[in-house]
Amino acid sequence: MTRVILKPRYDLKAPIDAGVVSPDAFKGLSLRRIRGLEVWEGNAKKKLLDLFVTKVGPSKSKELTIVLRGDVRRVRRIGKAMSFGRIVVEGDVGMYLGENMKGGEITVRGDAGSWLGMGMSDGTIKVRGNVGDYIGSAYRGTTRGMKGGTIVVHGNAGNEIGSFMRGGIIRVRGKAGQFPGSRMKKGTILIQGDCGGRMGASMKGGKIIVCRKVPDVLPSFSIEAIKENVKAGDKSVTGPFYMFMGDISESGSGRLYVSVAKNAQLRSYKRLLK
Amino acid sequence: MVELLIRNGYVFDPLNGIDGEIKDIAVRDGKIVDSVSSRAMVVDASEHIVMPGGVDIHSHIAGPKVNAGRLLRPEDHYKDVEPKTSVTRSGVGHSIPSVFTTGYRYARMGYTTVIEPATAPIETRHTHEELNDIPMIDKACFPLLGNNWFVMGYAKDGKVDECAAFVAWMINSLKGYAIKIVNAGGVEAWSWGRNVLTLDDEVPRFGVTPREIIRCLCKVNTALNLPHATHVHANNIGWPGNYETTIETMKCVEDLAREGKPVIHITHCQFNAFAGRTWATLASGAEEIAKYVNGHDHVTIDTGQIIFTDTTTMTADGPFQYALQLMTGGKWVNADVEAETGAGIVPIKYKRRSYVNAVQWSIALELALLIKDPWKVYLTTDHPNGGPFTAYPRVISWLINSEARKAVLAKLNKRAVRKSLLPSIDREYTLGEIATVTRAGTAKSLGLKNKGHLGVGADADISIYAIDLRKVDPSKDYATVRKAFRKAAYTIKAGYVVVKDGVILRPIKGDTHWNHVKVSPDLASAVTSTLRKKFKQYYTIQFDNYPIDESYLEKSRPMEVEATV
Repeated sequence: MTRVILKPRYDLKAPIDAGVVSPDAFKGLSLRRIRGLEVWEGNAKKKLLDLFVTKVGPSKSKELTIVLRGDVRRVRRIGKAMSFGRIVVEGDVGMYLGENMKGGEITVRGDAGSWLGMGMSDGTIKVRGNVGDYIGSAYRGTTRGMKGGTIVVHGNAGNEIGSFMRGGIIRVRGKAGQFPGSRMKKGTILIQGDCGGRMGASMKGGKIIVCRKVPDVLPSFSIEAIKENVKAGDKSVTGPFYMFMGDISESGSGRLYVSVAKNAQLRSYKRLLK
Repeated sequence: MVELLIRNGYVFDPLNGIDGEIKDIAVRDGKIVDSVSSRAMVVDASEHIVMPGGVDIHSHIAGPKVNAGRLLRPEDHYKDVEPKTSVTRSGVGHSIPSVFTTGYRYARMGYTTVIEPATAPIETRHTHEELNDIPMIDKACFPLLGNNWFVMGYAKDGKVDECAAFVAWMINSLKGYAIKIVNAGGVEAWSWGRNVLTLDDEVPRFGVTPREIIRCLCKVNTALNLPHATHVHANNIGWPGNYETTIETMKCVEDLAREGKPVIHITHCQFNAFAGRTWATLASGAEEIAKYVNGHDHVTIDTGQIIFTDTTTMTADGPFQYALQLMTGGKWVNADVEAETGAGIVPIKYKRRSYVNAVQWSIALELALLIKDPWKVYLTTDHPNGGPFTAYPRVISWLINSEARKAVLAKLNKRAVRKSLLPSIDREYTLGEIATVTRAGTAKSLGLKNKGHLGVGADADISIYAIDLRKVDPSKDYATVRKAFRKAAYTIKAGYVVVKDGVILRPIKGDTHWNHVKVSPDLASAVTSTLRKKFKQYYTIQFDNYPIDESYLEKSRPMEVEATV
């Protein structure tokens, strides 16, 4: 299949709105037409050609692949609503990557910005480095967070990941900030490192697992049990974990799992189990 | 001297009895004149229809409530963005567009006058600030008076003259245009967490009933000679069975009718025309209301059509919005309870598959089609409550063509379709009737003498649409009609071509209309001296700081009104 390579022509300073950089938009277009697609640089309407050197070559992958080279930290909305194909970002990338994504795969070798996979319903996003805030969450003001698919972050994540989440799985290998899974309804958030606290505030359903240290658990969560293993997606995570239910202030039935071994400060909860 | 000649258009000017004649319209210095010199710029309107500029009688476009709606809904801005052009500013918003965008979107559809129908009195300064910033259109605002403590006090004591002097002071101070009543008494009750359910429920702590408030303000309206009837959002809005309250409301001022001039305007009537006892048995009360309106001359209505889209409801009717929020379960704003009125803002998505929404859609069209006289019923969506005003072209296509209605009915909730009267109604509006319900009728109802017609002396607010009556039969080709009304071929405002083919050519400032009411000086001073005392007792601001100075309005256009008291 074809591989389209995009590389900035110059040091991009203004934010670039590049929702058209997606396999869905590129599909069936000639290189000339691709170069003519519209993007916004700050408040100016530009063509892809003005901002990026675009090349087309063969690819080993069976699917249409878009490769972004060079510094694209200012480029937003790459892979907007994509439903198939692959996007590979070789360095760091800006905000809203994979917004409302419906399928396909995005791989980032560096860091990614905030709002990664906002409102996505399917597909996979993998990030080698760190990510910003609000990944897999809903746009401000809406309640339609991530509905399906997978986000895997090998580095650390910021605050409020998976807010209003409705399905799918977010897996953070590193640390996560405050308020993961706030107001979530369904789905799974697995944090393999430490967490900044206030997990699952106002959650109604779904599952949050923290494998290392947390500062505390919100008072609106009640201890239910200690579990040896927890399922996250199709894998099992080894514990033991304190299992909490909440958020009681929202009559929620979300489950919050926090490592027993790493959180000595929570041992008083054990008394409540007897 | 700016001269303009619009040649060979099919002119629809219902106020002057012109229905599709090919005519030339001459314009000089912002007014329509008999003839112009040969140097006049010529607009070729052959193959086009020519109408007076659109006049929207009820559209929430400015004020603290609208702005609170903007704050509440970032997602509403996110999905609808308009970049700036060389002449227009950028803007955002689907159901609550930003101020500049509001003006541009109206002008693109050929509308030139729009009324903001509800402004909390104490916050009207804000309303005028926003109105000042809306370009392209003339505008006016109606202060909310139906739950005002002074008005309720006067209504209880039956002091109509004093109440009239107070209302005159309010309208003069706030630069308002007419009297607006929202859920008379109910909004005051809402500040105590309650509502009033019938016209004869007592308002807590005031001992006055909604019937007395409505009657008092209608009498005041007559005494003050205000050009528009009392603009009423009836009690019990949005509840099954409320059509009875609506008819009761119209009946309660029947005896105040004067020489066929309407005394009451029931606004967004669709929300007040529900029959049935529960949501499950909800039905249309449009037939009964239409029957009443057909038989009486003291009442006009506007439809409040709903559109199947994501929109934002906003009204001063706090108790109803609270109930609506419980139904939607989403976010909401409860505002203005401290400001002589109340307000609620609730986002909503009207769905074709929802039985209730489908019935609502049908009710509004039934009202428009069953009321025989188009001078009594006007087209609105109660923007943004029923849907954004940008949907007017769609509503026009439903009125003008029964096939267009059938196309929607095919996609609606089946149970609602079975109950709907629409399949049995063949009436289709003519273009002349469309011109009546969207401009001539509304201008007449508002008493804007220079708007809504193309006679000599009228303001040169003209819209021209690309409908060639030789080739297009509007009653058949509704898609063309809809397209034409969406993007006016030309919009002419104050004698300037401001829009061509749906593109803004030049931004222009519109006037803010208001009424300067003169009551007898003795009565006025008697009332203001009591007000002064009451302000000291109850208000957070000084009596003298309350009025808004005329210099606050960028383009003020007062109308002198002589009251009879």
